[in-house]
Amino acid sequence: MAKFERKGKGGMPQVSTASLPDIVFMLLFFFMVSTVLRETTLKIEQRLPGATEVKKLERKSLVSYINIGKPRKAFQSIYGTEPRIQLNDAFAKVADIRDYVTSEREKMDEKERPLMTVSLKVDETTRMGVVIDVKQELRKASALKINYSTRKVEEIER
Amino acid sequence: MARKSRETPEINGGSMADIAFLLLIFFLVATTMDIDTGLSRKLPPMPEPGAEEDNKQIKERNVFVVLINSNDQLMVEGKEMDLLNLRNEAKEFIVNPANKENLPEKELKEIPFFGEVPVPKGIISLMNDRGTSYGLYIKVQNELIAAYNEVRDEAALQKFGKRFDDLTEDKQDAIKDYYPQIISEAEPKNIGGN
Repeated sequence: MAKFERKGKGGMPQVSTASLPDIVFMLLFFFMVSTVLRETTLKIEQRLPGATEVKKLERKSLVSYINIGKPRKAFQSIYGTEPRIQLNDAFAKVADIRDYVTSEREKMDEKERPLMTVSLKVDETTRMGVVIDVKQELRKASALKINYSTRKVEEIER
Repeated sequence: MARKSRETPEINGGSMADIAFLLLIFFLVATTMDIDTGLSRKLPPMPEPGAEEDNKQIKERNVFVVLINSNDQLMVEGKEMDLLNLRNEAKEFIVNPANKENLPEKELKEIPFFGEVPVPKGIISLMNDRGTSYGLYIKVQNELIAAYNEVRDEAALQKFGKRFDDLTEDKQDAIKDYYPQIISEAEPKNIGGN
């Protein structure tokens, strides 16, 4: 009889939480795989210009970055307010770009070297002078595939 | 009974979820999901030292000159122009629908899917000053690329009834042959002073 009584009482049965770790692990693995840890800290102020005709930059391993912009407040006492180039973690001169490209290229697989892309992350307010110098330097280093990094916007502000 | 007690006790799996949650939260916070986007361009190779300068003359009607000066003013084909009109102007230049005298000439070319068709030979030349702002430079680049994309889209719709992005690769190549994207950037020069 006792059996029947218990059944009659029955509220909602407890949901088994045994599979919870599995679900969490699944999510965990997804995020672990999709994570790219930011390896450089930006020392410059950077607001990328917007564009509508952007393409996705695939294969991150083929991309090297050159950042250009005004130094952040903390660095302005040393580096001034003129736009500077940042390669990896340090400020650099235009002349350093060729060495940088060479070293980046050496890190790559032999077969993939011709596919190397240099992404120029340049602040909107920069004047073209620096960018022209950088482009000339890239041409000398024969890194000809470049990408002007932009934000995707629906309509560019005039 | 004695044998059973000697076995290693089972590890309590109840806290596994907590550990996994901790890790999960760490990765959630550390993740940057931003995908890099941008305008892809190809730089011309550096001329060989000692090589003669390219004297190949290109007819004026085949070149669409875009100049940006240090005050961020735009001059297109000798006229001052607003950024708003640049796209349509560039489109008209690329296609030359009315076969105008002052717009690029056309050349018969064999293209898969199209057969032998007259293809305009236009080149867009973009010149900017060292004082031009990068923001405007990108906007102009964007407009020019947009003009090409729209022209290609229209051609794709007309020929295949589909948008350019939805075509198969060989059809895309055919359209690219029809309207090749040539944006040349002159050797840096100072125009309009600094």
